[in-house]
Amino acid sequence: MALNPDFVGRTYPPVGTYQVGREKIREFATAIGDSNPLFHDVEAASAAGYADVIAPPTFAFALAFQAMISVVSDPELGLDYSRVVHGEEKFIYARPIVAGDELVVATVIDTIRAAAGNDMITVRSDIATVAGEHVVTTYSLTVARGTA
Amino acid sequence: MPTFAQVNVGDALPAQDFPITRLNLVKYCGASGDFNYIHWSESFANEVGLPGVISHGMFTMAEAGRVVTDWIGDPGQLCEYSVRFTRPVAVPDDLVGTTISVSGTVAEKLDDNRVKVDLTATCKGETVLGRAYAIVRLP
Repeated sequence: MALNPDFVGRTYPPVGTYQVGREKIREFATAIGDSNPLFHDVEAASAAGYADVIAPPTFAFALAFQAMISVVSDPELGLDYSRVVHGEEKFIYARPIVAGDELVVATVIDTIRAAAGNDMITVRSDIATVAGEHVVTTYSLTVARGTA
Repeated sequence: MPTFAQVNVGDALPAQDFPITRLNLVKYCGASGDFNYIHWSESFANEVGLPGVISHGMFTMAEAGRVVTDWIGDPGQLCEYSVRFTRPVAVPDDLVGTTISVSGTVAEKLDDNRVKVDLTATCKGETVLGRAYAIVRLP
């Protein structure tokens, strides 16, 4: 059954604050095999003008993903998570995420459509510091194959 | 880092190959928090009609982005990064895995010292990312 387009604009409250840890950034950078010193070395990051190591650009998705779980498991929306694949991803950065940041993720359903038998839903996540400084916005298109 | 003045439309960024094994996917599950069964369970992946365990799209995106961030040096100068996942990247259960080949070309010079780079990513000769681009700020 196709998803209900009336859910466009539905917001999901932040699931708490996310404390960005230096070791978590290093773990993530190591997992993607990226040895850029700005992800690992505080002195190198400092020399580049950052307060601490910065996160790889796609790290922001790990935060957005936690928030998106609220969306894909929303029983009223009825997305079939077992059929889900990632369709598109876009990041718009105001600045990189830096170790020590305390971040909150505001999540909203941006678009819903059906095409070729698939349900497609785009979720927008605005990631900001607890003080209200915008850091990065993500747009994630999720495709549920054969469910529409 | 290249400067805005040095860069011309059509310039090629240094291309890179990125091997992906099951171990990479396991590490990425843990680092990203995305434990979807399709990234580690062959039987589940087959059951839902996939060609086997597939890479996280975000892992592929992370690797492709390195062609850009290695070029500029400071990943903090990335302004925008966008991809479509056009084809699943199957990762066989051996120690060899598969490989993604990524290249980039300067597509446009924008205002405010920003440059748009178009990216191409292929696996076994087939495109795995569509409309992939990054916008970076150069000195």
